[in-house]
Amino acid sequence: MASKPSDPTRVPTALKILIAGGFGAGKTTMVASVSEIRPLQTEELLTEASTGVDDVSGVEQKTTTTVAMDFGRITIDEEIVLYLFGTPGQDRFWFLWDELALGALGAVVLADTRRLEDCFQSIDYFERRGTPFVVAVNCFDDDAEEHTPDEVREALDLEPDVPLVLCDARSRASSKAVLIALVQHVMAQLRRPTWPVALVR
Amino acid sequence: MSNASMADDFWMDSEAGPVVRPYAMTGGRVRPAAPLDMVAYVVAKAGPRTRAPNLQPEHRAILAAARQPITVSELAAHLDLALGVTRILLSDLIEQGLLSSYEPNVSTVQPSERILKAVLNGLQAL
Repeated sequence: MASKPSDPTRVPTALKILIAGGFGAGKTTMVASVSEIRPLQTEELLTEASTGVDDVSGVEQKTTTTVAMDFGRITIDEEIVLYLFGTPGQDRFWFLWDELALGALGAVVLADTRRLEDCFQSIDYFERRGTPFVVAVNCFDDDAEEHTPDEVREALDLEPDVPLVLCDARSRASSKAVLIALVQHVMAQLRRPTWPVALVR
Repeated sequence: MSNASMADDFWMDSEAGPVVRPYAMTGGRVRPAAPLDMVAYVVAKAGPRTRAPNLQPEHRAILAAARQPITVSELAAHLDLALGVTRILLSDLIEQGLLSSYEPNVSTVQPSERILKAVLNGLQAL
């Protein structure tokens, strides 16, 4: 008790970054490629009322669905730790998104050029919420070069100030560059005096 | 009966999930007394545990895993408990004074420029 090696109440600041996008766009791959730990999985149970076909008794049938989220970690220094959450894409899981987006540093929307429409929901969500985000086009196939960044930007109807980057989610260096682009974007927004802070809450 | 249990053994592997219904561990409670963020840190308080004889094995597992500060998400993942269940068990321990929690600062819309610069430098140095 005489000497404490470290103050036990000192804990790092944990910052959340969301990795969103459609099914198979490479969310888990990106989390795995930059995380310092093997990605962990956390589960939330979702109980929903469902109407059965034999709903004669008027008794609600309830089903429990397990929603799994993969997450990874990057320790920046003693004070700051980043948590990357691969977010489940289906819209009935928005309640989880709301919790994740609260206080999040920002988000990466992974786009697969073969199914660009899969990321519309994520883009809409972050735009409405005012969460800063970048769009990362995952070029895991060589056919991605058929689409120029400008074409993708136009197809997604992105605001001009939203960064769009090409990436390979399997590559640590490439995924790292995406996160750097996101942080730079957040900093640029912070410096902009017209940023609608009041609307974000 | 024995046939039925043999059939269960045959069909139930770890992929089937826990045999105990998850919220049985919480006595049926589905909401924690206090909300805890997914990246809130928790730390077990040092000291004897003898004053808390009515802890469940899951409570004790949490205290063991939280000797060093750990986030709620990581704790849930390591103990293979659903996030909601973990939060309820954590709030039990907080109420009994056995655990401290540290919420991330979500009151501000965005982290400060100082923190963002540190994150940027840290990422570039990876």
